[in-house]
Amino acid sequence: MESIYNKMDKQLVFKIDEDIDECCVQKIRRRLDNEIERYMPKETIFDFSNVTFMDSAGIGLLIGRYKLINMLGGKVKIANINTPVRKIFEMSGILKIMPEVKYKKKEAQYE
Amino acid sequence: MNNIYDNEMKIEFLSKSSNEAFARIAVAAFVAQLDPTLEEIADIKTSVSEAVTNSIIHGYEGKTGIVKLICRIVENEVFIEIIDEGKGIENIEIAKQPLYTTKANLERSGMGFTIMESFMDEVEVESTLGIGTKITMSKKIKSNNKEENVAVTAVRREE
Repeated sequence: MESIYNKMDKQLVFKIDEDIDECCVQKIRRRLDNEIERYMPKETIFDFSNVTFMDSAGIGLLIGRYKLINMLGGKVKIANINTPVRKIFEMSGILKIMPEVKYKKKEAQYE
Repeated sequence: MNNIYDNEMKIEFLSKSSNEAFARIAVAAFVAQLDPTLEEIADIKTSVSEAVTNSIIHGYEGKTGIVKLICRIVENEVFIEIIDEGKGIENIEIAKQPLYTTKANLERSGMGFTIMESFMDEVEVESTLGIGTKITMSKKIKSNNKEENVAVTAVRREE
């Protein structure tokens, strides 16, 4: 997993690049919480372009991070959801509290 | 050979969460012979992952046990059974409710059964306290993908 912090915008981007299931969720959670608490970002973006599998453990992970970031006064957005995981995002209602954004290559920005 | 099914496979593995990926990939590879769409494969993989996670986390609660997985094909329909000899479910109706979880402190979403029920055509749960749990689920693979492929093969043969 790659994380990029943009100081100017106080924006933290996580590029997750593995299957999100019960097995690896704790490891991902530790890493995410570490960086969120370190940077206290205004905006956190989870980039899903390299995620091809996610089950309910991923929903739990995202809701947990949402609560933490919300408590710290930040916002959460989700970017680049692949077809195989889109259904689980839609059925869980996650996108209602964490809006979906697109990565614009030209401006190198999430919008 | 048993003639009730067109095909069948069985695997048994230890209740380790590192086996979740193995279980869903094995099922996906077995089901591939029906030429499912990407969405159908994703639905099946997610449902298998949920059921296997339930057995490991809730059935065996971290103790070592065996999870059995049986996968059968009848025409264009897939039947999957996931069986554990764990502690069993006290009240299946309550367990199936969305957002219900007995382990909320561990950030579980309580969506497991809801996902299985919405991604598969049918889901059945049999459970006895102290004996174990069996989940049976099925999904029809829409045969139009298959017909297209047959047509493509036929054209290729003519060439």
